[in-house]
Amino acid sequence: MADLHFLANPARFRRFSQRVMPSLSFATGLALLVGLYFALVQSPPDYQQGETVRIMFVHVPSAWLSMAGYALLAVLGASLLVWRHPLAALVARAAAPVGACFALVCLITGSLWGRPMWGTYWVWDARLTSMLLLFFLYLGHIALSRAYDDPDRGDRAAAILALIGAINLPIIKFSVDWWNTLHQPASVMKLGGPSIHPAILTPLLWMAGSFLLLFILLVLVRTETEIDRRRLEIADQSA
Amino acid sequence: MSNHAVFILSAYLACLVILGGLTIASLSARNKARRALAERGLERPREQRAKASR
Repeated sequence: MADLHFLANPARFRRFSQRVMPSLSFATGLALLVGLYFALVQSPPDYQQGETVRIMFVHVPSAWLSMAGYALLAVLGASLLVWRHPLAALVARAAAPVGACFALVCLITGSLWGRPMWGTYWVWDARLTSMLLLFFLYLGHIALSRAYDDPDRGDRAAAILALIGAINLPIIKFSVDWWNTLHQPASVMKLGGPSIHPAILTPLLWMAGSFLLLFILLVLVRTETEIDRRRLEIADQSA
Repeated sequence: MSNHAVFILSAYLACLVILGGLTIASLSARNKARRALAERGLERPREQRAKASR
């Protein structure tokens, strides 16, 4: 926790980010290469889904990260509204487009998996609809944070939306249990452990790890940009 | 990859376009902001500038 407070200072955060960026970039690239090798070459076809299981290796990690990204926005929103954390607004501005892109990847890849498996690209089932809502919440966050001339007002409005929208996260997670959906129930993150064969679970976890590293890398790069932009705005105002 | 190859390749292509595009856009935005800071002589954090000016 002390480390997080240490990083609350934007200048310190920028120095920390620049220090970890080279090794993080290398680790992300390496993890993506290994993950893609497992996903496209090493992994066998599923006994029911056949080769289309390979779509799951990008679809499922994207879904996890889009939900984790929104949870991060909610925590940052609370930090901004309650403690006026100086870096929270900048990280939220940086993280929202990254989370939105992962949500979009999840929706598109899910749709491309649905056509051969379900016979349709889209159904208005609870899981798919709540995921689409998450994507719109991300777009709303991005739009709200940039909607005001005063960036602080925009950041506060977006923080409130992030907190209210967080209600959607348990709905996405438990929609397959609460309602009768076409989408299959959880098979990795569930009580009793994963019910997937290790040959399928290994590439899934590699891709999830590499996407997580990519998410962190993108948020760091974009947060640095937000800090630089804020410094430019201050410089322009004082000039 | 069977007759479903078009769906599998499209999914990976969509992933590459969206995440690759976001990566390129993020890096170019950071470089643009850094260039703008350098033009104003603000390329280093405030503490370092303060130390250097002492």
